Amino acid sequence: MAATKIVVDPITRIEGHLRIEAQAEAGRISNAWASSTQFRGIEIIMQGRDPRDAWAFTQRICGVCTVVHAVASCRAVEDALGIVIPPNANLIRNLVHGMQFIQDHVIHFYHLHALDWVDVVSALDADPAETARIARSISPWPNNSASYFADVKERIRTFVASGQLGIFANGYWGHPAYKLPPAVNLLAVAHYLEALDWQRDVIRLHTIFGGKNPHPNFLVGGMACAINLEDTGTINAESLVDIQGMIRRARAFVEQVYWPDLVAIAGYYKEWAAIGGGVRHFLSVGEFPEGDLADLDKLYFPRGIILDGDLSTVHPYDQQQVKEYITSSWYEYEAGDAAGLHPWEGETKAKYTGPPPPFDYLQGLDKYTWMKAPRYEGRPMQVGPLARMLVSFASGHAEVTEIVRATLGALDVGPAALFSTLGRTAARGMETVLLARRMEAWFDQLIARIKGGDTATFTGDHWDPSTWPSTAQGYGFLDAPRGALGHWVQIRDGKVSRYQCVVPSTWNCSPRDGDGQMGPYEASLVDNHPLVRPDQPLEILRTIHSFDPCMACGVHVLDATGQPIVEVKVQ
Amino acid sequence: MFSSLAHPWTAGESLGEHLERRGVSRRDFLEFCGGLCAVLGLGKAAGVRMAEALQAVKRPSVVWIQLQECTGCVESVIRTAEPTIGNLVLDTISLDFSHTLMAAAGHQAEEALQTAMAENMGQYLLIVTGSVPLNDGGVYLTIAGRTARTILEEAAAGAAAVIAVGACAHWGSVQAARPNPTGAVGVSDIIKDKPVLNIAGCPPIGDVVTATVAHYLMFGRLPATDGDGRPLFAYGARIHDQCPRRANFDAGQFVEQFDDDNARKAWCLYHVGCKGPATFSPCPIFQWNGGTDWPIGAGHPCIGCTERNFWDTMSPFYDRLPDVGGFGIEQNVDLIGAALAAGATAGVATHAVMTAMHQRKLRRELPVMDAPGAGNVPPSTTPSGKE
Repeated sequence: MAATKIVVDPITRIEGHLRIEAQAEAGRISNAWASSTQFRGIEIIMQGRDPRDAWAFTQRICGVCTVVHAVASCRAVEDALGIVIPPNANLIRNLVHGMQFIQDHVIHFYHLHALDWVDVVSALDADPAETARIARSISPWPNNSASYFADVKERIRTFVASGQLGIFANGYWGHPAYKLPPAVNLLAVAHYLEALDWQRDVIRLHTIFGGKNPHPNFLVGGMACAINLEDTGTINAESLVDIQGMIRRARAFVEQVYWPDLVAIAGYYKEWAAIGGGVRHFLSVGEFPEGDLADLDKLYFPRGIILDGDLSTVHPYDQQQVKEYITSSWYEYEAGDAAGLHPWEGETKAKYTGPPPPFDYLQGLDKYTWMKAPRYEGRPMQVGPLARMLVSFASGHAEVTEIVRATLGALDVGPAALFSTLGRTAARGMETVLLARRMEAWFDQLIARIKGGDTATFTGDHWDPSTWPSTAQGYGFLDAPRGALGHWVQIRDGKVSRYQCVVPSTWNCSPRDGDGQMGPYEASLVDNHPLVRPDQPLEILRTIHSFDPCMACGVHVLDATGQPIVEVKVQ
Repeated sequence: MFSSLAHPWTAGESLGEHLERRGVSRRDFLEFCGGLCAVLGLGKAAGVRMAEALQAVKRPSVVWIQLQECTGCVESVIRTAEPTIGNLVLDTISLDFSHTLMAAAGHQAEEALQTAMAENMGQYLLIVTGSVPLNDGGVYLTIAGRTARTILEEAAAGAAAVIAVGACAHWGSVQAARPNPTGAVGVSDIIKDKPVLNIAGCPPIGDVVTATVAHYLMFGRLPATDGDGRPLFAYGARIHDQCPRRANFDAGQFVEQFDDDNARKAWCLYHVGCKGPATFSPCPIFQWNGGTDWPIGAGHPCIGCTERNFWDTMSPFYDRLPDVGGFGIEQNVDLIGAALAAGATAGVATHAVMTAMHQRKLRRELPVMDAPGAGNVPPSTTPSGKE
């Protein structure tokens, strides 16, 4: 039987533009290609800019990961210029980044991922009293009465009856891969709506420290929000108590809604713990410095590498071992397509060789994506929540070990279940629970420091470019919600001469390299992967969404020569 | 006055069902339609046909396409306070295509788009986020194998109105910053045959988007705009004229370095680069995230993100006006001060001048690179001799 050629474009409920092509035979996926179809060239645009502006430009790489590029950029520039930010600024960045994780992961679960597992139409067959009984059995959350769920059901019923299904139109409702009973579907739909309200509230933490969300403001050397308990226009007790309330409400929702729902839903889909594992190499660069950034032992989630799924050893990470390949990407290198280049030497010249649009297929072409292929010592690496939880677990991290063991026990599966589509989705929930708790510690530390008389949020020691060396270079790492992120900056004569980002979705969505090794998306789609109805890509969406793709982040480019632009023409 | 938001068509019922729920009987409705037809000179008998047509009215169709962008504008709309995204999507509009939120993918998503456009031809509201890359035949963004330009032109052809949301759809934003490698342009550079409303900002405050949609639904037309297509209800005032720190500016009280004693008194950020004097935006009035705060309120200077070409014309962001690209190093503080003083009284007219100034510099390269150290905050000089 010949393979069926499949194209899924657009992949919706993600950030950005992703195209998946595949071949399927007898209900299984036999081959897969992941293609990023957008290119913006932000790193070219970075050249000649003031390095203190770089965070704002690179932040616009992504409005979903709206914190991560800004902080990585500040860290890279601070590394280059020898700036050590005040402890308060680090705590504030942790709180802002921590809330980004929590809010982003909850939105991902309910609004981007849930419809892969939850049949909205089936919720109309639910008995609200049964939903209430289930809700009370797994959580003390207050909104758990039969009348509450009856209201939600009525709202959905009248919506569906209108015949205008809006964002739910053409969904895969009734597909045999949906396994939840109607009462659980109704529970999830109710929380889909509640999470929309919740996320709007808790993200206001960004607004207080950064002035707005999306795209809050950051600052090389610290944070711009001054602390003064005796002024109306600064961080004071009124704003701090508001933040404290958000942290409390974030934790309550995560512990009482998101996590119980995730475990309950996972219980109906245990077969997905053996599907979609893919690449077994994992990288975490570590995140949430709880001391000086240079003190890697004080990262809350540790740095390290797991190879071949072997959790007995955590290998060290050395950023010098990262190289990017373009064998399957629409670029060219001076040294030819086989070369791999470290970001410090990175060169990129966009060269589209795909079919002129409109086109039908990219599969079978040598080059098929704007995504480069980063490799660590030649290996593709999976990054993200699962990588963080595995590296932490293998490193003996107490809280991670506890929640991993408890989750495996609750689902009655072994550790191998982590290497799967379900494992990625579960790991995202685990780290959200841990961070929702850790936020309170960072907040308490900030209060203790202010109480002790330290209100500094910024150091201006190297703000003035006259204090900078004529050339400098820096590396800013950050483990973002979607995984390991690196920014590399070179500064010459006060201006950015080279800028390079290697981003989580570049790792995960990378195409085949010169050795034919697939990237993590591709490898997971051909790992014991079902596809019951080739014309309905529901199972593909489950696995791809389990990575939480962020395509705008993943594609970047650098000037071919890496030379600074020192002369420009004025019209 | 009837407000569609105060009396939402819950659950997407038709007008007939909606009226019935509000206590208007079919008989009353038929009589109303008959009377209306008589007034219109169509004869009373036409009332039945009119009633049938009106009763079939559904929630207005909204198609939201996302092109070359970062999704920040969608995230911003998801944060709106009133109407909330939940109420908007379930009760007020029919969001028939949304890359970020829709359940369907691939062919089913494309089919949903085609169906929405065909069934609501000439009727639907088109929202666009993201720019359109034109270089090299548009290969820098394809969706389902088709270029952004093709998708935009097709979607706009049948739209009743087009709303370009965010700096990318407005004029191209960060990817259109020098040297604009992909040839990114805004919606109004492509769509010339119908009005394009620009909701400026990187991103805009989400409430401006929902308020614009609400305006369209309540009043049946788009709101009035300035010369750059930006609705006056949001962009009619300059930040500098609405800023709570304006009194500090007038009194010569400036932050000289972040976190200095003056920063801890929440003084004016002009000396550390604030672009509020050159920026028309609702930030100080609407504020962000349900009125929580706004950039200047949280101690960071405005970067001018609601203005065209701000990445080039407003940067370096920490350099004081007028030492930034949009004004040119040839301008001196007094000239800019005079422009600012005029702006305080002339409002929108001044904005038109400023927009013209910016557009003259359109596509201009950044100013000649300063020598190392020249990017430093210049010595303290206040505009217009105020201090």
